[in-house]
This record gives sequence, structure tokens and C-alpha cells, in this order.
Amino acid sequence: MLRVDRRNFLKASAGAGGALVLGLVLPGCSGDEAEAVPLQRDLPAGALAPNAFLRVEPDGGVLVMIPSSEMGQGVFTSLAMLVAEELGADWARVRAEHAPAHVAYANPSAKNQTTGGSNSVHGFFLPLREAGATARDMLMRAAAARLQVPVDELRAADGIVLHVPSGRTLPFGQLTADAARLPVPRQVSLKEPSELRLLGHGAPRLDTPAKVDGSAGFGQDVHLPGLLIASIERSPRFGERVRRVDAEAAMKLPGVRKVVPLEHGVAVVADGFEAAQAGRAALRIVWQPGRGSVPEEETAWARLRQALDTTVTMRSDGDVAAALSHAAKVITAEYAVPFQAHACMEPPCCTVQVHDGGCDLWVPTQVPDKVRRITAELLDLPEAKVNVHTTFLGGGFGRRLETDYVEEAVQIARVVRAPVKLLWSREDDLRHDFYRPASLHRLRGGLDDRGIPIAWRHDVASPSIMARVWPAGVRNGHDNNSVQGASSLPYAIPNVDVGYALADLGVPVGFWRSVSHSQNVFAAECFLDELAAAAGQDPYVLRRELLAAHPRLQRVLDLAASRGDWGTPLPANHGRGIAAASSFRSHVAHVAEVAVENGAVRVLRVVCALDCGFVVNPDTVVAQMEGSVAWGLTAALKGAVTLRDGGIAQSNFHDYPLLAMDEMPDVEVHLVQSGEPPGGVGEPGVPPLAPAVANAVFAATGRPVRRLPIRPEDLS
Amino acid sequence: MIDLLVNGSRHTLDVSADANLLWVLRERLQLTGAKYGCGIAACGACTVLVEGAPVRACVTPVGAVAGRAVITVEGLGGDHPVQRAWVAEEVPQCGFCQSGQVLAAVALLEAKPRPGEREITEAFRGHLCRCGTYPRIRRAVRRAITLMAEPQRATR
Repeated sequence: MLRVDRRNFLKASAGAGGALVLGLVLPGCSGDEAEAVPLQRDLPAGALAPNAFLRVEPDGGVLVMIPSSEMGQGVFTSLAMLVAEELGADWARVRAEHAPAHVAYANPSAKNQTTGGSNSVHGFFLPLREAGATARDMLMRAAAARLQVPVDELRAADGIVLHVPSGRTLPFGQLTADAARLPVPRQVSLKEPSELRLLGHGAPRLDTPAKVDGSAGFGQDVHLPGLLIASIERSPRFGERVRRVDAEAAMKLPGVRKVVPLEHGVAVVADGFEAAQAGRAALRIVWQPGRGSVPEEETAWARLRQALDTTVTMRSDGDVAAALSHAAKVITAEYAVPFQAHACMEPPCCTVQVHDGGCDLWVPTQVPDKVRRITAELLDLPEAKVNVHTTFLGGGFGRRLETDYVEEAVQIARVVRAPVKLLWSREDDLRHDFYRPASLHRLRGGLDDRGIPIAWRHDVASPSIMARVWPAGVRNGHDNNSVQGASSLPYAIPNVDVGYALADLGVPVGFWRSVSHSQNVFAAECFLDELAAAAGQDPYVLRRELLAAHPRLQRVLDLAASRGDWGTPLPANHGRGIAAASSFRSHVAHVAEVAVENGAVRVLRVVCALDCGFVVNPDTVVAQMEGSVAWGLTAALKGAVTLRDGGIAQSNFHDYPLLAMDEMPDVEVHLVQSGEPPGGVGEPGVPPLAPAVANAVFAATGRPVRRLPIRPEDLS
Repeated sequence: MIDLLVNGSRHTLDVSADANLLWVLRERLQLTGAKYGCGIAACGACTVLVEGAPVRACVTPVGAVAGRAVITVEGLGGDHPVQRAWVAEEVPQCGFCQSGQVLAAVALLEAKPRPGEREITEAFRGHLCRCGTYPRIRRAVRRAITLMAEPQRATR
């Protein structure tokens, strides 16, 4: 049995209705942070709630508080499974709710309540199992007392405690009141792998029915009595502020209630979205230009190219210059990867109600704790008076790590004495995102006379996300985040240099599914194929040889190659490409098969192999790989965000197209059961996708792909 | 005044004929299954059925559907064979686009009980899914074809 010490900050206390609940006091915290955990409030009489994460109810129902944000990646289910497994719950009786913002729900691996970095299952894997095991232990002891039998003769499964020798049973619901009076155990035992019934086997998603019958509550769907709708007119150019606004015409329109000037835009508050949009159109705003201006697209790339000559060293193995000087062959290539938008299907939105008791927010967010903190600051309230209700997220992908739309909504609600829902339009969303940074990559590689890579230099020039969100983390231009996937090049090449040049283009940049891995792995994995071609080597075989020190990555590479029929003949104009990368504690390889016909790329098939360690809910992992393929293909084949007139040229799905159903290839996913601790799933499938497709195009056309998205003129 | 017939219920609303159907459904009738995704009929998240045909509510004036039978995802009842197929195949990820996807499938199968792959593709043209649920949508449609042909058979 795996023994786990109960968290030492859990402190038992008696709650209402005889139920036992745990207060949560962190060392060094007082005041706001020492408030009761949310499950203590409104606890039904006779319920068992031994910690912040679950409540077993007298009718046998189990409520699991989900500390991460459900944005499609399946945490409502996978995190509830961790609790239900150890509890021995009947899955049909398990419900999930988003936990509120509270320190009790911080992800141990991040020390905050952020859903990002593919770390939900990774961070909560043990704490949520312990939470469930704690309740099971108390239910079993209550049953032992009731039946007058030793506790080790009892088993808990399917919401029932069974006395094995006699066959007598007690459903959980009949035990909760007694269990709630027992002391919370200091240590609990977790199941052995052979005892697991849910984890690794799978369970139906808890959020699926509501997402199919229309009842799922997204941020956009929040409704309150007297709710007003706000929409904000912003400058199409970055950095501009409102100098003057004439709102007279807007105020005369039916349904328009109020105009609220903000620093960077003007909000129209109205009875409905249409009236708010009409009000926006009637505003006359004079904009104050910002200090720096955003370059035009061509100038931006020229600036990135200049920056490539000024990189600082982020990794240096051996002596690249010396190795290149005596290499039998030296190859150089430059790769360009554009800005990309998140384009979540649900545009940003936030509902705020400021009231005498404080403030309530209903918001699709990946950072409920940050939402709470900034709201408290803006309204000068203690955090305990701010309640954050996380809704379902209509996509997250990193966009909802930002709180710009929350700050706007709070600023509007502070002025309007009514609940307000701020809705962004799609145009607002595409033009005011925090974009995946554009990046330019220069790679230089040297081969010895046997065709073996002996030198590798990868220089990256791009804007820096960290320079905006955590400037202290960027010292003298060194930004580790911007070279993710480049600095971690896994291949056994004796001389490796990785350089970075921070080139601020005045465009807001942010975390976009898989972050810098997406662009850096594209460049590195494409260049490896160029080296392989120059050496006359098979790109799979070359990777395989260079991955001897990375068995998990090598194993998925082998699996993708074998299941992807690597090396078997293809029709004319077809090509197969392979790419692999480790990110977010997981390892993925893709084999893509493409047809290049009539000046277009058609991706026919993607075979994906993944080692994400222990797999909690296999079907969800498969779904995330399918989604990663669609996400990666949109960036590889479809549009780009480009700069024009100080802002973004694109505005909606007509000029920023997403992958459509008829462009979706067949996707096969193969999972490696490595027995390692759980790694990430939401992001690791993205980085190797674009290079696998690009390498397939290279194989089909003989011409390397050196920029994204892949354009017709790059195919011949 | 506009007479709307939505999910079998009649509503007489004091709105102008050029008011937008999507926002009337969402804000006046609290039927929030149809989503705002683009406002230009480019994503399909707002899809509703008007006399069985899929319509982009975000570009439809209510006057155009006055007195005609409008069905939103709420009107399918949750146990429609297409919805059962969607649940069985675990189609949704974030779920935001799925009301529109489900209704596109319902419209397709009402018009063509046994569509081919090309007809399925055609029916979902203009229905975007950022999460990439396309393979599962296709599988769920195939499953729904069977379910609708044999309505008595148990599912799941």
C-alpha cells in the first residue's frame, strides 16, 4: 500500500448539521486566506465533506469540486475520476462543479489556480486521490462501527461498503452522518495499480450530456435579473488611447443605457448585444496615438531578421564554430512562423455584479484566483468579498490566462449600478488578442564525412511573452520561455548552440497552446529533415540514432513510424513526414501523410504516438491528440495574423479561417503505457504536428518548407 | 409585434422585424443553446432549424421566421437519436460549437436518412470546431443514422 501523509495544513473542525468539514489554514496566511473552504458553506445536514474537494451526500450523491477550468480538455471528468476511484464511488452518482477561487484549490505543481501548462492531472494526481481516500476511510470506519466488524473485512466500491465475510452492505448515503463525526485520518492508503477500476480504464465524460442538450453554461450564457450588456469600441491600432469621445448620437439610440469611457476604449452599456453594437457604431472617438507604433508586416520580418544577428546564448554544448569549420558539409536555412490568434469559439466575456456585500463574477477563465485578486484590487475590496464563478470555457488555449476582459468588465460594472455582461465580438477577439509571437529562425548544421550531424546552431528572434508578464524573468535579453523546444533539442549532437534575440514589435503576445514549442520545434524538426536529406539518410532512422539517450521519445518515434507504415511505397505526389518532441512532461511523435495536388496540400492521415505517463481517461487523451492535430493543422495550412496600419489585418473567420471538417485527416492515436507519473496531454500533441506535415510536403515535392502557413507557391 | 413559434411554443414579442433572431432567442427567450461565434454566418455556432432547414440565426432577422417553426437545440429534448449518438461518441470538447453541430446533423438526417460521406462533409461545411472534434462528429453521424433507422434499439 502506498502511504500518504495527510496534508499538514488541513485542520479539522465541526461544521453545521453535525457534518465534519476541514478548515484550511496555510502557514503565514491570515485574514482573507484563512476563510473557510467553500464546501463548508451551505453543507447539507448529514453530508460528509472531509476536505475541500468532495462531499458525499446522504442520498448517496457525490459532488466533486474541480479546481481546474474545464475548457474541453476533460478535467471535469479526469479530476473527478481521481476522487471517485479512491472513494469507491458509483460513477453514475458523481457530479462535478467548478471550484471557486480559493487557495484550497491551488494546483500543487504551480502553487496557484492556473489551468495551464498541461498540468491539471499532473498536479492533482495525488491530492485528489488522497481526498477521495480520506472520505472512503471515514465511511469504512463508520460502517465498521455500525456492523461491529473489523474495518479490514470491509471493501468500498460502487458507492457501497461491503462486509466481505457476511455479504452485508451499507450504501454510502447511510454512513455519511456517522462518518462526519469521526476524526479525519492522518494517513490514507491509495489503491494499488491492480485495484484501479476507473483510472486507466476510462469513464463517460461528466460534461458531455449538458454540452449536447444545450444546457451547459458558458460565460456567454450567464443571465441575471436586470442584466445589461456591454460592448467596447477600441482602436484598431495597438497602443492608442481615447482622447475624446462624443457619445451623444449613441445615447439617443433605443436600448442604450450608458456610455462608459475607459482608458483604451469606450464601453456602450445597453439592454442587449445588438443595441450595444449599434451604440458602438454611433460613437465618435478621437484616438490618442500610442508611444511606439506597430510596424507593417514586411518591416516586422525585416526587424526580426536584423535581430537574428544579435542573439544571446541560451545553450552552448561543445564548440559549434570549430565543428562547423571542419564539417564535410554545412547547411543553413531560415524558417518563418507568423503571429497566430487563439480564436476560441467563445469570444471573451465576463459578467460582473457589484453589490453591497462585495462582487460576484461569472467568467470563463483559466485563472480564477487572479480574477479574484485583480477584482479586489480594482474595487478596493478584501478578496474574501469577491466570488468567482468559473463557467464552462468555450475554448481556452491560453487566451483565458489573460484578464484584460475581466478588468474591463469590472471597470464598467463599477460605474453601472446593475449586473453587466461584457461581450466581445469576434472582430474584437481577433484584433485584440495576445498572439502567439511571430518568430524567425536561422539554423546552421554541420555533417561529418559520414553524414553524421556534428554541429547545430539555432538562433531564434521573436517578441517575448515573459517581457510582458514577468519582466524580471528576462535578464539581459535571456528568455528561457522563448526558446522552449529549441534549447531542449533532444538529439545527440556534440556541438549545439541556441541563441535568442528579443525583438519587441509592439504587438501583445501571449501563451498559445504549447507556447514557444510550437514555433521552435517546427524549425528544429524541419531542419533535421534538411540535414537528413543532405546526408542521404532516412529522417526517421537519423532521429532514432540520435535519440538513444531519450528512450521515451525514441519509443513513440518507433511506434509512430511502425503504425504509420514508414518506408512503404506511396503514390506519386504523396509524401510522408515524421517529427517528434517532448514537452509538458510528455512525448509525442507524428507521422503525417500528404498529397500535394493542384497547388494545394491535402493531409490524408496522421498517426500519433504519445507517452504521457499514466493515462487517467484514455478516450479523453485520444480526443486531445485529435484536437492537437486540428489545432496544429490550422496553423500549418490555414491563415496567419498579419500586421497592417498599426493593427491586425484579419477580423473574422472569413479572413482568419480555421480548419474545416473536409480538411481533417484520419487520425490514429497510439498510447504508450510507460508507467511513469502523469504528464501533460492538452499541449504536447501540437509541436510535432506542423513539422510532420511540412516534412511530408518536403518528401512529396523535394522542396523544403521554410515558412508557415504552407503556401501554394512553396509547393513546386 | 412578432409571433415566434419556437420549440413548439408561441411567443408574441415586442421586437422589430429586423431584430436579430440569435439575440432574440438568447436575450428575450433565454434560449442560450444557440451561440454567438462570429456574427457573419461563418462558424455555424448559432445554427437553428427553421421548418427543418439549418439557418444561421446570427444573420437572420426575426421577421423572416415569424410564424414559422423554429427549433433550437433545447427543442430536441436531450434524447434525440443524434444527441444520443453525440453522447455515445463523446463528441464535445469545449462544447461551444456543438449545439450547431448537433442541429446540422438533425437537419441532414431528416432530409437524407442515409447520407454518404460526401453529403456528411457538405452538411457540416461552415461549422467550425476549434477543438477539432470533426472525426467524432463524423462517427456520431454514422451512429445516428443507425439509431434513427432503428428507434427502438437501446443505445449506450
